[in-house]
Amino acid sequence: MANPTDYLLAVEGLTVSFDGFKAVNDLSFYVDSNEIHVIIGPNGAGKTTVLDLICGRTKASGGSIKFRNRELTAMKEHQIVKAGVGRKFQNPSIYDDLTVFENLEISYPRGRTVFGALAFKRDAAVRERVAEIAEMIFLADHLDQRAEYLSHGQKQWLEIGMLLIQDPELLMLDEPVAGMSVNERKKTAELLNRIIRNRSVLVIEHDMKFVEDIAHRVTVLHQGRILSEGSMERVKADPKVVEVYLGH
Amino acid sequence: MTRTPQSRFFGRMDGDIAGILLLAALLIVILPLGLDIFRLNMVGKYLTYAFVALGLVLCWGSAGILSLGQGIFFGIGGYCMAMFLKLEASSPEATKIQSTPGIPDFMDWNQLKELPWFWEPFHSLSFSIVAVVAVPALLAFIVGLAMFKRRVGGVYFAIITQAFAAILTILIVGQQGYTGGINGITDLRTLKGWDIRTDEAKLVLYFVNAALLIGCLLLCLYVRRSKLGRILVALRDKEDRVRFSGYDVANFKIFVFCFAAALSAVGGAMFTLQVGFMSPSFVGIVPSIEMVIYCAVGGRLSLLGAVYGTLLVNWAKTMLSESFPELWLFAMGALFIGVVMVFPNGLAGLYQQYIAPHLRRLTARRSDGAAAGAPIIPPHTAAD
Repeated sequence: MANPTDYLLAVEGLTVSFDGFKAVNDLSFYVDSNEIHVIIGPNGAGKTTVLDLICGRTKASGGSIKFRNRELTAMKEHQIVKAGVGRKFQNPSIYDDLTVFENLEISYPRGRTVFGALAFKRDAAVRERVAEIAEMIFLADHLDQRAEYLSHGQKQWLEIGMLLIQDPELLMLDEPVAGMSVNERKKTAELLNRIIRNRSVLVIEHDMKFVEDIAHRVTVLHQGRILSEGSMERVKADPKVVEVYLGH
Repeated sequence: MTRTPQSRFFGRMDGDIAGILLLAALLIVILPLGLDIFRLNMVGKYLTYAFVALGLVLCWGSAGILSLGQGIFFGIGGYCMAMFLKLEASSPEATKIQSTPGIPDFMDWNQLKELPWFWEPFHSLSFSIVAVVAVPALLAFIVGLAMFKRRVGGVYFAIITQAFAAILTILIVGQQGYTGGINGITDLRTLKGWDIRTDEAKLVLYFVNAALLIGCLLLCLYVRRSKLGRILVALRDKEDRVRFSGYDVANFKIFVFCFAAALSAVGGAMFTLQVGFMSPSFVGIVPSIEMVIYCAVGGRLSLLGAVYGTLLVNWAKTMLSESFPELWLFAMGALFIGVVMVFPNGLAGLYQQYIAPHLRRLTARRSDGAAAGAPIIPPHTAAD
């Protein structure tokens, strides 16, 4: 095996147990730079828990998560974000009471301390960057709209945009196309393929067609452990995977 | 026309500023002209609660942190001011009939022989003024640090603030020799030799109070307009999203809690000056909840609404208490239930819903042809 320090993200021996139940059990995997890595698996396999562990929402019981050789398990959530890890939640997690512009502006990586936020000026750099991202996520015409009134798909894009404006090196997406129409799904795949330049993406997804479209590498989780790993073709051909997951 | 965020921003700003000007005109011109000094002094007293309501608009309305213990900070602010005034009123000459002259009367009654150490710095007016803001802010900081860093929030936080209000009341009542006990600190006379009990002094203090309130209103407006204000709204809505956008959420909550505490304390100090005493009856659970009701009735999302709500509820309280003293508590209970069930955004919400659209149509008709469609949002003056 290659020296782990070459990887952008190295997860090794990761374990977490909730009241004795091991949701993630001795898990190891690696994400390269500029790679789209998809995690699939049946319900309850521990997929979302893995993202929760990486972004610091859940504390690991054991193992290590190294991001550019920095140990994430010891860091607080906002420090992990500052280190360059962005995370999108399963349900669109946006600020309903604010406009699309304000949603994006809050995610703009400046003035993140209390007094920095008090003194924050909405200058040309901020406006340009927000406009640029809004263009990318198909929401340029909705900047003044309260986020509450966006469609489900638009909300998902907005949250992706909120992450893009942070310019993270590792972007983690939890079921980004769940509940989307066919058309929206196609646009999302296009969006993801566009934004992966200079960054890695770790995606959880159920939609196998979508996974085939975007994945460079696939990890199949089952009961907190890795069942299979590799390219989509290899994983699809793996009898174990067919048995527990794809076969249904 | 293009509606950039910029133009929308200024459109809204005009509305708020116009509303504040209208309030200022009411407080500084109309009320002093229309009311005798007794009633004006009462309005002044009501307005001291409006400082608390402003703090609650930011803390509860914007950030969703319900504190049921704002009386703590109102009280501490008031006590800091009262301690200074009491010391000035307790000069050795004025207290020469006491067994220990030169200390406040209640200490003498409680057989204290010398001034407690923590009273000493309150001989200085500048120290007292700083303490009015700094002591409550520091306490709020400690409470906030302990609670928010551990992610205690919602109902639990509200209950804990109530517990603190109860603790402080018990402490003040129990430590009679140091605090004046249940009677509070009374018989305050002069501020640097200036008699605060005269009608002229009351008039001057009313204007100082009104000016301070307008100043605090502008300060709150600045905070709400800043990115910090929007982050508070964001974390009310989706705390995790804010956290995973790189913010240390607890720090923002601590800030807004301290800010609200400092505002309340300014109100408390102005209360002491205008009413001439401070007692634990303004510190405990009941007054703290009443203060939340002022804010709720006015509209917890509207700074101006909170000021009008405070004025209206207190005016109603005075009117009812003068004619049917036993009815007030029932009326207040009914009011709170009514607000929660019927108009959750208070008077400001009713105004926005029913009056603002008509005003907008009127203004639009008047400026027929000229720049129609400009984002005209009139001032939310909840009641005139």
